[in-house]
Amino acid sequence: MQIKSYISSNCVIDDGIVYKNGKAVFENREAGVQDFLQSVYQHFGIKYPKFYKMDNLSKLGWLAAEILLKDNFDAGEYKPEDVGLILANANSSLDTDIRYYETAKEIASPSLFVYTLPNIMTGEICIRHNFKGENAFFIFEKFDAGFIQEYVNNLLNNNNLQACICGWVELLEDQYKAVLFLVEKTTGAEMAMPSNIFTIENILKIYQLENG
Amino acid sequence: MSTTVFIVGVGAISAIGDNVAGCLASFKKGKAGIGDMVYLDSAYKNKIPVAEVKHTNEQLAALAGMSPKISRTALLSSIAAKEAMDDAGISNMDALRTGFISANTVGGMDKTENFFSEFLSNPGKGKLRNVVNHECGSVTELVADQLGIKNYVSTISTACSSSANAIFLAARMIRHNMLDVVIAGGADAITKFTLNGFNTLMILDSDYCKPFDENRKGLNLGEGAGYVVLVSEKIAKTLPKKAYCTLSGYCNANDAYHQTASSPDGIGSYLAMDGALKKSGLLPSDIDYINLHGTGTQNNDIAEGTAIKRLFDPHYPKMSSTKTFTGHTLGACGGLEAVFSAMAIHHKIIYPNLRLQTPMKELPFVPETVLGENITVRHALSNSFGFGGNCSSLIFSKL
Amino acid sequence: MDKLMSDLKTQIIAQLNMQDVKPEDIGDDQPLFVDGLGLDSIDALELIVLLQQHYKIKLSNAEDGPKVFQSVRTIAEYITAHQNQAA
Repeated sequence: MQIKSYISSNCVIDDGIVYKNGKAVFENREAGVQDFLQSVYQHFGIKYPKFYKMDNLSKLGWLAAEILLKDNFDAGEYKPEDVGLILANANSSLDTDIRYYETAKEIASPSLFVYTLPNIMTGEICIRHNFKGENAFFIFEKFDAGFIQEYVNNLLNNNNLQACICGWVELLEDQYKAVLFLVEKTTGAEMAMPSNIFTIENILKIYQLENG
Repeated sequence: MSTTVFIVGVGAISAIGDNVAGCLASFKKGKAGIGDMVYLDSAYKNKIPVAEVKHTNEQLAALAGMSPKISRTALLSSIAAKEAMDDAGISNMDALRTGFISANTVGGMDKTENFFSEFLSNPGKGKLRNVVNHECGSVTELVADQLGIKNYVSTISTACSSSANAIFLAARMIRHNMLDVVIAGGADAITKFTLNGFNTLMILDSDYCKPFDENRKGLNLGEGAGYVVLVSEKIAKTLPKKAYCTLSGYCNANDAYHQTASSPDGIGSYLAMDGALKKSGLLPSDIDYINLHGTGTQNNDIAEGTAIKRLFDPHYPKMSSTKTFTGHTLGACGGLEAVFSAMAIHHKIIYPNLRLQTPMKELPFVPETVLGENITVRHALSNSFGFGGNCSSLIFSKL
Repeated sequence: MDKLMSDLKTQIIAQLNMQDVKPEDIGDDQPLFVDGLGLDSIDALELIVLLQQHYKIKLSNAEDGPKVFQSVRTIAEYITAHQNQAA
C-alpha cells in the first residue's frame, strides 16, 4: 500500500537568494559563488570549521541541508540508519575536478582530490547530521522530479527509510542551484496540507520557485 | 508484487582477462594482473605498479567495435556489457522493457587529459572531440546506444560502491515490475587523474598490494568493467539456459564518519552487510563466501574486518579479496566482484587472497590463501565500500 | 625557531583553509590533531604538501606523519633538522 509522504521542509538556493519553504530568507546577489556561500554560512551563524575546507559543491549542498533542517527536523525522532539521502545533478564534481587538475601541474592537492566525487557532498551532510541510511547520487541531464518522487517513495514505503533528504545540487563555476526536500511519512499540523504532499507536481513547483 | 531477481548473464574485462573465462583461468592459475605500467603515460611509470587491461586503446576499440577516439572507460564498458548480453542469450530483447544501469567514476577523463595539455599551452589548440564525452553519463549513453537499450539508461557515481549500487537499483526496478531485463555494473579506466589523486592520499602500495595482511601498505589501482544481466522470474523461465544464481539481498548505508576514511568500527560496513542479510532473510551462518572489499589500505581492512567480526563471530565464512588479482578498479569493482561472486556459486570455487603472509593481529579470522574447488557456495556476500562513507553489500544465492 | 613557528602557523592556516583561526590561537605545543586543533588525515596530507612547497622537504613515509605533525614545535624541529642536512 502506498502511504502518503510529505515535503515537511524545502530549501532552494538559486541566483544569490536562499529560500526556505518558499520564502526568501537571505539575499546576496552581488557576490561570486565562493563569497556568496561564505555569506550564507555567516548569515545563519553556523559554527562548523570544516565548512571552510569543503569544495563549493559540498558547501552548497551542505548549506542547503543545514537550512532545510533548521527548526524543522528532530534527529532524535529517527534512528541514524532510517534517514537517507538521494541527490542528483548534471555535472557531477566537474567544478572541483578542474580545480584539482590545475594543482596537479605542481603538487597535486590531496584535499581537492577528495572532493572529485559528487557523493563526498552526501557524505559531508551525513557526517554533520549522523545520517546512516541509504545514499545515492545520480547523474541526470536535467532535474527529473518523477524519478526522485518514485525512488524516494519506494524507499519510504518499503521501510528502507523513515525520512529522506532528496533533490538537486548543481554547481559549475559561477552557475549553481540547490533544491532540497525533507520528505517524511508524517508531518506537523501546519505542514499537513495538499501543497506539501510529495507529488511530482509539488516537487516541480518548488524546483521552479512557483510558491515564492 | 515482488519477484525473485535472477542473474542470467555475466561479462567481465580486467587485468586478468578479456572475458569471464579468461578471468577465471587466471584465478585458477593464481596469476595476478598487477605489474609495471605499460599503457598509461605517467611520471610514475616503473614506480607504482598498476593492474592494467593488457591492450592498447586501438586493440580495445577493435574488440568493442567502437572508435579508438572514444574514452577507454567506454571501450571497457562496451566489451564487458556485450559479453554479458550475449551470455544471457535473450532473443527477443526488442519486445522487453530493457535497461542499462552503468556506473563509473572517471568518465572520459583519459581523453580530457590529452585535451588539457594541448589546450593549456595554447587556448586555440586541443581537439574538442576529446572532451565531448567527458562526463560520467556520456560513457553510459555511448554504450547504451551501441547495445540498443532504450527504455531506461542511468549512471550512478558513488565512488567505489558505484557499480554495486547500479546492480542494486537494477534489482529494485525488476522487483517493482518497472523493467524486465537490466544489464547492470560498471567500468573505469586508469587515468593520470586517479593515479595522482590516490598517490596524494598516500594509500598506494609501491609493491603488490597485500589486503588483510598485518603489513599491508595500500592498494594497487586497476581498471576494467563488470556487468551482470538481471531478469525477473517470468523472463528467466523463458530462457533456454539456467540462471547462474539469484540476487537475494542488497543494502546501502552511510558510515557518516569522514570523507575518505572508514570509521574504526566499520559501522557503515556493518549496517550494509546486516541490512543485506535482513533483506534476503538469511542468517550470517548461511553465507559461505565473502568477496571482501579488501583494498589493502590500513584503514579499509581494519574497518571491514571489525565489522565482519561483529556480524559473524564466531563462525566465519570463507573470504578473499579478488583485488589481489585485479587491483582496485574503483567504479568497476562492484560489477566485477558481482560477476566473481556469481561464478563462485556457479563453478563452486573460492578465489585465493594472494600474498597474505601475516594475518592481521586484531582479527580472529584469516582469508583463504589458496584456491578452493568443489566447494558448495549457497550464498555469497560481496562488499563494496566507497569514499563519502557510501557502503553497499550484495548477496547472491544458489538456485 | 620562534620566527619559523610563527611562519608555520600562518602557512598552516592558509593551507588548511582555517578561516576561523588566527595564528595567535595556535599554541606552540598544542596538539594539532583530534582534541587539539581537530585536524584529520586529509589535513595531514596537506601538511606534507606544505613542507614540500615551502621548505622543499619530502616526507615520503606517511607513517612518520603523526610524529612530525604533533605540534607546530615538532614540525619546526623537523624542518630545522632536515634543512641542515640538506645544507
